[in-house]
Amino acid sequence: METMRFNLESGQVESTAGKAETMILSMGPQHPSTHGVLRVVLELDGETVIKASPDIGYLHTGMEKLSETKTYAQVLPITDRTDYLAPMSNNLGYIMAVEKLCGLQNEIPLRAQYVRVIMVELNRIASHLVWLGTHAMDIGAMTVFLYCFREREQILNFFEAACGGRLTTSYFRVGGLPSEIPPDLVPRIQKFIKEFPGRVDEYETLLTKNPIWLRRTQGVGTISAQNAVAIGLSGPSLRATGVDYDIRKKEPYCGYEKFEFRVPTRTEGDVYARYLCRVEELRQSQKIVQQALDGLPGGPIRADCPKYVLPDRNKMKTEMETLIHHYKIITEGIHPPVGEVYHAIEAPKGELGYYLVSDGGPKPLRMHIRGPSFVNLQALATMCEGRLVADVVAVIGSLDIVLGEIDR
Amino acid sequence: MNLLREVVDASVALVKGYGMTLRHVFRPAITENYPDVLPKFEERYRGIHELQRDENGLEKCVACFLCSAACPANAIYIEAAENTEKERFSQAERYAKVYNIDYGRCIFCGFCVEACPTDAITHGHKFEFAIYDTKDLIYTKDMLLVPDSRKEKGRKASDQAA
Ligand code: SF4
Ligand code: SF4
Repeated sequence: METMRFNLESGQVESTAGKAETMILSMGPQHPSTHGVLRVVLELDGETVIKASPDIGYLHTGMEKLSETKTYAQVLPITDRTDYLAPMSNNLGYIMAVEKLCGLQNEIPLRAQYVRVIMVELNRIASHLVWLGTHAMDIGAMTVFLYCFREREQILNFFEAACGGRLTTSYFRVGGLPSEIPPDLVPRIQKFIKEFPGRVDEYETLLTKNPIWLRRTQGVGTISAQNAVAIGLSGPSLRATGVDYDIRKKEPYCGYEKFEFRVPTRTEGDVYARYLCRVEELRQSQKIVQQALDGLPGGPIRADCPKYVLPDRNKMKTEMETLIHHYKIITEGIHPPVGEVYHAIEAPKGELGYYLVSDGGPKPLRMHIRGPSFVNLQALATMCEGRLVADVVAVIGSLDIVLGEIDR
Repeated sequence: MNLLREVVDASVALVKGYGMTLRHVFRPAITENYPDVLPKFEERYRGIHELQRDENGLEKCVACFLCSAACPANAIYIEAAENTEKERFSQAERYAKVYNIDYGRCIFCGFCVEACPTDAITHGHKFEFAIYDTKDLIYTKDMLLVPDSRKEKGRKASDQAA
């Protein structure tokens, strides 16, 4: 007898005559383990995944278009909301793109650069902690989640102390930082950073050798280095296949060349390899923060360039000329020269790039975000096909995607 | 032999894991008991705004509109008026007759505070917004302005005298 089936992808009713009997299963967009509003259309033969196609766009808010209606300064809060687990990295990527556009990239004071590195690396730790917690919870390890969020809370408190925001930091400014970090913050971060390796040991005790964890992750969601490069995978997911590519090393920005750290790579390319890479990155980020805190130089926190950079606040209150600069930048915004730039940084999830086009006006003519989550999600099909449904959950977790950035 | 090894390794790993959890049972809890206990914020926390007064009790805001120009969400609405000899609200020529912040729009970015040349607008630490009608999210000047500490003191003194 001929049976009919509704094809979710094309929206058509098709006959299944002559085809193997498969089932379409819609996973998400409200599935707790699809990390937000991702919907994956799974074609199943029994428990085996024949095809996995991600369906995105449920969180589309038009951020890139919206940016065209805001001045360069006002775009910053929008970038917080793309990858909301790594707002500092997004801020940095955007601000550095604007600085490149204005030709300011060599003017940034050393102190500002160090503080930027500290914040971004703390953010890498925070982002990886959320990934580890949720990924472990998806696979059934609840405890790790609670431990990870305990440490993440402390990092968010540091962000709050530095800029007042926890999740939506809007911290960096064109030319440097908006304000000096509070004096008690450095010792507080020092204390946290000293304890942190012990905390990572705790997570590892619970997972790294746990037989259940090994069974669920080893050999699951494998991707070859060749495929990974072809898809454009970046970040820890790429490095887990054996490709040693980290923008912090290959194209250092913000003074990363001054810090000593290792870029962890694995060759297996499976969920477990991605897990090991990220856990090692937690330790490496800890080292970078430690070095940056130890070597934190004094000096100004903002470049002296009244055309593009808000002047010093105390000077603004006493000097008429400075007040006029302040007034002009706030009311008219900055006017970068005509041109286009692309600047990429190594965000926790991979290569995060901002592409900006300026027509000389106060607002970007075009902004495009190269979000690592968006590109990495493409690997889902390759990783899932031929595996079981339960593995899809493990693979999505191991890709570390944030839907805010994918849908933008 | 291999199987035995595997079983032993797995058991050791599991026992270590349980040991870790067990140790945590005896550590102090870090749970915050909101709303019974209000959370403590850092100094710079960006909460509901406050409009400040100077040492003479006058409003610091001089209605320069910089905050509303800086605001990415268009959340601030100001109407300026001139101070007169009889009625003086601020030190300068002008003051804000109407100063509304629409918290349905505000994203707490802090740009208004950064823009303000007189430190008139600052972030407070209040954050609770639950209301039934979005219209109630528009905060007017009398809700934002901090009370005049001198008047308060004066009142307290007179209260005590009475
Ligand atoms: S905090 Fe930001 S969004 Fe809110 S009123 Fe101030 S400038 Fe506008
Ligand atoms: S609050 Fe500050 S920036 Fe806003 S109008 Fe008043 S003085 Fe100007």
